[in-house]
Amino acid sequence: MPIHDQGYRRYGGDKARGRAWLVIVTTGVRAMLGNRKWIVLMVASWIQFLVRAILFYIAANFPQAASIAPTAATFRDFFEWQNIPVFIMTVWLGSALIADDRRANALQIYLSKPLTRAEYIFGKLAILVTFLLLITWLPAVLLLVVEVVFAGNFAFLRANAYLFPAITLFSLVQVVTVSTSMLALSSLSTNSRFVGILYTALIFFSNALYGVMRAVTGSSMVSWISFGNNLAQIGDLIFRLPLRYQTPWPIALVMIIALVGVSALVLERRVRGVEIVA
Amino acid sequence: MSEAEAVVSLENVTVLYGRSNRALSDVTTTFVRGAVGLLGPNGAGKSTMIKSLLGFVVPTQGRMRVLGLDVATSPVEIRARIGYMPENDAHIPGLNAVSFVGYCGELAGLPRADAIQRAHEVLFYVGLGEARYRNVDTYSTGMKQRIKLAQALVHDPDLLFLDEPTNGMDPKGRDEMLELVRDLAHNKGVSLILSSHLLPDVEYTCDHVVVMDKGRIATAGSIEALKQPRGRVYELRVKTPGDLETFFDRLRAAGLDCHSTDDDVVRVFVPGDGGARRLFELAAAERVQVRHLRPSVPTLEDVFAHAVGEP
Repeated sequence: MPIHDQGYRRYGGDKARGRAWLVIVTTGVRAMLGNRKWIVLMVASWIQFLVRAILFYIAANFPQAASIAPTAATFRDFFEWQNIPVFIMTVWLGSALIADDRRANALQIYLSKPLTRAEYIFGKLAILVTFLLLITWLPAVLLLVVEVVFAGNFAFLRANAYLFPAITLFSLVQVVTVSTSMLALSSLSTNSRFVGILYTALIFFSNALYGVMRAVTGSSMVSWISFGNNLAQIGDLIFRLPLRYQTPWPIALVMIIALVGVSALVLERRVRGVEIVA
Repeated sequence: MSEAEAVVSLENVTVLYGRSNRALSDVTTTFVRGAVGLLGPNGAGKSTMIKSLLGFVVPTQGRMRVLGLDVATSPVEIRARIGYMPENDAHIPGLNAVSFVGYCGELAGLPRADAIQRAHEVLFYVGLGEARYRNVDTYSTGMKQRIKLAQALVHDPDLLFLDEPTNGMDPKGRDEMLELVRDLAHNKGVSLILSSHLLPDVEYTCDHVVVMDKGRIATAGSIEALKQPRGRVYELRVKTPGDLETFFDRLRAAGLDCHSTDDDVVRVFVPGDGGARRLFELAAAERVQVRHLRPSVPTLEDVFAHAVGEP
């Protein structure tokens, strides 16, 4: 019988539990992969990988190019340059994740289904985290693999065995920090453009403030003021490189943890089925 | 009423917004299987009650059970078995109707293939078959109401909460929506709680009613039983040299119920066996001319007006 003749029928199948967050992730990822401009951004984000892979090949096959041979700092540099596509992707995707749902009153729909607020938040977070890891962790790990393949031996990997855990750890720190803070901002508004502007303004403002304070004090001890500087400081620590700022790394770590904590609190307050006006 | 017959029960439930706004005040009531209307004027607490049952709002005190499960301890299990049609516009942006309803089905635990199949079925059922590939953002108000019903039905709930389902619909759409609701409750075995301030909607679709006013239960029971007269109802039009309200106050002081209708006619309930004679006696005492008096049949509007004390 055609569907349009069947009317309303009772459903006799099984219903899964506890998978709602995965449905949110897969649907969100599928939706973005259907956007051509997004695919272009993803591809463009891998250009650095391509360039570095070529440099690794040259360094491995031409002794005259030994000066461009990869070191641990190369991988640290990779993440520095990936900050640009990470920023663009976070603003583009992250700003709308909850803001659009709030604008369309979708939270009532979501939270009337068998999923908790935590699952909703985790699902939304996982959409952004998935794409950000695809342009940070994955290409960095592949660069390691490429280096080994082009060198034809594991010497580099043996000498820098900490690189794989360092790449993984720093990717997670960066991606989780950026994603939770953007998601929290997205939950504060119904306008995704406003959220994007706010996020951008906070980053640039904090950097500008650091610049002014640095000029005034003559010291980089105030680097903790800047969102990006804290991540950079922790990145240097994880990759066992000299710290670029005078700020002790525990302070940078505390600032990152505080940022994630505040973001989590904001999300807990804002993601509800109803707006509670006290 | 036994727990087995009740799909929803509330026991001493109080909901406070802020410190002093009592949206629900020590509410104790049950909703039976079938179609139950939740009636009340704006601000009576209907939506707050539904949102409390869904777990959106946590009561200050009291206990609530839905389908035998405690709302405080099993909210997710409850939401797996209920469907909710919100009062205001709500959808997931950027999706067409099939994708939206299918997504809702997946969120409720249906496998993807089943969710899409059910999405098509319920969209045809609610009358959106031809428009199901259009983006929901482009839908008219009436279509958005239908799709809200569709997303509430896609996972085959045991209990539906419908909050003002005919909001913003044209007369034809409204009739079709009421037919759908009636069909679900009477032919498809889906229990539902229909929250509305529109008495004709409730009277047409429901067998039982819970009437709320100012955060409390004003009256509850089977509509037929509530409409059983314990006296007689009359339509009355009078002419008085003085203030009409003074005459109506006099009627109320004498134990009669009266409330105005839109047509310049007052509906008067005369308890007991007094009948029209009592009315004439009171009119004569106040030197009021009775211009029109006709016996009438009690309606849900009379029940509602009596329950909320409307003039």
